[in-house]
Amino acid sequence: MTEVDARSAPAPDENSPGESRPEGDPPSVKRLVIVGASLAGMKAVEGARKSGYAGEIVLIGDEHHFPYDRPPLSKRFLDDERDVPYFREHTSYVEDLDATLLLGSPAIALRPAEKAVIVDGRAVHYDALVIATGASPRTMPQWAGMQGVVTLRRFADAVTIRGALDAQKNVTIIGAGFIGAEIASAARKSGCTVTIVEATETPLARAVGPEMGILLSKMHEKYGTALYCGVTVASVNGGESGDKVQSVELSDGRVIPTDLLLVSIGASPATEWLRDSGIELTPDGGIVCDASLQTSLPGVYAAGDVVHWPNAIMDTTMRLEHWTSANEQGALAGKNAAGVADRAVYETVPYFWSDWYGNRIQFVGVAGTITPHVVSGSVESDKFVALYQLGDRVVGALTVNEPSRIMKERRRISQRTSWQDALDVYAAADAARAGAVAADAIVAG
Amino acid sequence: MSGESAGGTLKVEVDRTRCIGLGLCEAASPKHFEVGEDGKLIILQSIVDSGSSGDLAEVEEAVASCPTSALRFVR
Repeated sequence: MTEVDARSAPAPDENSPGESRPEGDPPSVKRLVIVGASLAGMKAVEGARKSGYAGEIVLIGDEHHFPYDRPPLSKRFLDDERDVPYFREHTSYVEDLDATLLLGSPAIALRPAEKAVIVDGRAVHYDALVIATGASPRTMPQWAGMQGVVTLRRFADAVTIRGALDAQKNVTIIGAGFIGAEIASAARKSGCTVTIVEATETPLARAVGPEMGILLSKMHEKYGTALYCGVTVASVNGGESGDKVQSVELSDGRVIPTDLLLVSIGASPATEWLRDSGIELTPDGGIVCDASLQTSLPGVYAAGDVVHWPNAIMDTTMRLEHWTSANEQGALAGKNAAGVADRAVYETVPYFWSDWYGNRIQFVGVAGTITPHVVSGSVESDKFVALYQLGDRVVGALTVNEPSRIMKERRRISQRTSWQDALDVYAAADAARAGAVAADAIVAG
Repeated sequence: MSGESAGGTLKVEVDRTRCIGLGLCEAASPKHFEVGEDGKLIILQSIVDSGSSGDLAEVEEAVASCPTSALRFVR
């Protein structure tokens, strides 16, 4: 443990990216501890090393696995992939990154006064800390112990789900969010009978807005998945033994034969272990961070699903559960916490993607409750671009099967393109197309 | 391809078995990458200027941002 006190570090100025560290504040971090050994934690290790940090790094993870990638668990792994999607060769953590890994070791408490994380009943001391413990899926505890009830977060969960898919079982999914939809898609491809039960009338409302949420969800029926909205699972029939799922009864009385019951009703920041630490949390359990991803505790940074931070480019404070932001925040928090390079601030136009029944859904920006405008294609054709307006600015874009458009929209959002200019791009394209059609007609005539 | 390229010249290449056209490389470096209408990545420019132009940094970001680790540098 070092005697240097990082508390004297000034709060970064949100308006000046890359602010240099003041003189008299020499690099003082001898041990950087990172809690959470998934994408953001792994990137924090890389980010610290890339910034030139040469001190000790300890990476703490609650799973026994080396860091692995999670999107494939509801995507490729349910299709043709069979291996754990590790990010790096195991040996590279020591050989290339000179990091010590404590795996299978959940952190149970943070004691900022002692600058220590409690793991396996002992204190691991830090000079700087990155918290990247991610989000835990919400469960339905009343049925969680039954055979055939699963929630997807970890590799072992994906193995269970794939087993049911391979056996072409009856799959019932609670929650019509992106994870539920991706698994429904994979299950249909495997030949399963699939039912989705969604408590609200508007699936995906938070992600893409209520109207587009309803619209996207129509894809389920089209590809043979039954979707019931505005109903819940009232009871689970566990058969004679009472502990192996046979069927579920819905709140409208309908009974659905079920071998696998997947609970995908969202996730909450995994921050219970921080409750007594004094760190500032939001009501939903997110960690309050500044633009440099520093928490309310000096020298303690956060990255990934736990982060609640002022995202300057979108003019709002937000928390994301996206691969892209975990990837970028991890690298930035690692670098900032290590204290060697100039401190950077994080801002992003959020981006996520999801593949349903062979259709590519992509979203950039924010949706809020905005009613979007379809500017290209048509929603009936499953190939369109929809833009979201807030004030005089385009703030979001949803594309279905328009992979070449999405990053151009992302750029326009990041450049604070006006709503009219955003529309004009498509008006110009339409005019050009109409002109070409007219020219063809003349040639043909 | 000649293995005798001048020192400092870098090329970026895509592993087509991994790339699924998510476009984060295009976001990082539109000069080098674009996702086509068919969802396949087009490498607009594979040679990376590692000089002072700042090109290298954005292509490095593109490589690091790829969710499927489909991009890499070759000499």
